[in-house]
Amino acid sequence: MSYKNSANGAEYQPDEIMIVAAARALEKARTVFVGVGLPNIACNLARHTVAPDLELIYESGIYGANPARLPLSIGDPTLVTGALSVIPMADLFGLYLQGGLVEVALVGGAQIDRFGNLNTSVIGSYTHPDIRLPGSGGACEIAINAQRIFIIMHLKKRAFVEKLDFLTSPGHLHGSDTRRKSGMMGAGPELIITDKALFNFENEEREMQLTSLQPGVTLEQVYAEIGWNVKLAGTITEAPAPASHELRLVRALRAGKLPA
Amino acid sequence: MVDKCLSLREAIAEYVHDGMSVAIEGFTAFICFAAGHEIIRQRRRDLTLIRMTPDLIYDQMVAAGTARKLVFSYLGNPGVGPLHCLRRAIENGVPTPLEIEEYSHYGMVGRYIAGATHLPFFPLQSYFGSDMPVVNEQIKFIESPYGNGSVALVPPLTPDVAIIHAQRADRKGNTQLWGLLGVQKEVAFAAKKVIVVVEELVEEAVIRSDPNRTLIPGLIVNAVVQVPYGAYPSYVQGYYDRDNVFYLAWDALSRDEKRTQAWLEEWVYNVKDHAEYLRKLGSETLERIRPGSAAAPAIEYGAYE
Repeated sequence: MSYKNSANGAEYQPDEIMIVAAARALEKARTVFVGVGLPNIACNLARHTVAPDLELIYESGIYGANPARLPLSIGDPTLVTGALSVIPMADLFGLYLQGGLVEVALVGGAQIDRFGNLNTSVIGSYTHPDIRLPGSGGACEIAINAQRIFIIMHLKKRAFVEKLDFLTSPGHLHGSDTRRKSGMMGAGPELIITDKALFNFENEEREMQLTSLQPGVTLEQVYAEIGWNVKLAGTITEAPAPASHELRLVRALRAGKLPA
Repeated sequence: MVDKCLSLREAIAEYVHDGMSVAIEGFTAFICFAAGHEIIRQRRRDLTLIRMTPDLIYDQMVAAGTARKLVFSYLGNPGVGPLHCLRRAIENGVPTPLEIEEYSHYGMVGRYIAGATHLPFFPLQSYFGSDMPVVNEQIKFIESPYGNGSVALVPPLTPDVAIIHAQRADRKGNTQLWGLLGVQKEVAFAAKKVIVVVEELVEEAVIRSDPNRTLIPGLIVNAVVQVPYGAYPSYVQGYYDRDNVFYLAWDALSRDEKRTQAWLEEWVYNVKDHAEYLRKLGSETLERIRPGSAAAPAIEYGAYE
């Protein structure tokens, strides 16, 4: 499925609207912890658009990356060359992350529940999994210690589930003040960016609520992809479509060409 | 002078034995495939393989039947997808069942630090509300004795052998590494024996000319092995890039157990050593992964006489 911007006629893919929305959300951010896949592209896009002073932090031990090509992974050598600092992982997780210096972290998962808790470990039982997923990596401590968490995922019924098969990285736990009471430093999930809609957690229960629909998407299409009766914000807006200069940059980034 | 130089075959024969715990570290970079392949060739069994990110090397070593157990924090082919051999082992017990012990990245880092510094545990702000401590009882929580909250704990980790790849070392094992630092220093200090594998052997004077670049002192190194391109198909900063063509090819071929075993036969068992592996790869491959130049200017240490 692809979308069309009624204003400028530009066509775009679900991935592209997620990348653009994530990049826009990074406006004014100073530091971002960059994950693999879509977050990688979104953070690099933000640096070239709304957040030129954004410093990219990679869990491989990089502060202030300035990649000359789109990194193949979070451990790509292009992240080292030209970075502000290369640091041991002990310092990355200890001094930077646990030190409270990571403002935003962009994360994703195979499953998410209504409180923004994430599963990246297994589908099925832990001891006899149907699908063994990668596991935490740094995600568990990132979800706990980054000041703000943005989640980026495709809206799919198999991913937005009533109950996780495994809780790898905590969001708002059981909702309300359960996260704060558990002693976690960061504020937890603030925003969920999907290909069909955007959600936040701005209610007393700290439960995910729909705030905007991506252009051309209906409420029914959103309901169909969520495994529970999702909360709605007071007003539902339509998210702005990607602009043509954003789409040009996304495509250049994905083709491995970084603008100078 | 102490000369710790050995061939890779000698170093593995002397220091890696059946049933041991082995950590070949290096986060995406500096992954010593040459050592992993030599362990496969020498048909070691029942190893406990330790690595934050098992990567292709442990996928291959598990497919070859070397391991009984895996200790890790992220199970993926970085930037590509899953590790199919490890998934087969964990999901279906193919070729043999594999016990797993799983942490987060910082948990693994902390385990090495506790191991290296003789601490009974390492405290960290992680695992709150996660199911990880439910399935791994080695992860615990305690109330701070200072009355300022609770904290997660992980136990020390002291591998029998650590294998570290780096740019250069002298014959005593003083090792210089630049690029992603990962946990190489921590695992080297935590391990009971350390094998260092390098692209270049240099004189001690070269090491002494730039002491800030020395990550691992010869003091804790048992063997030094020179293997150019020893981290191929992963990379060594400034020397060669990751061969992503191979990482993608492995994703395709490792989906099939028979093709995996055929690959091990052709590229590991049937080659004598890493030099022969490189000759079989051909010079075009090595040419393809050669980076351009981005040299740091020399810095001034000053002479104080």
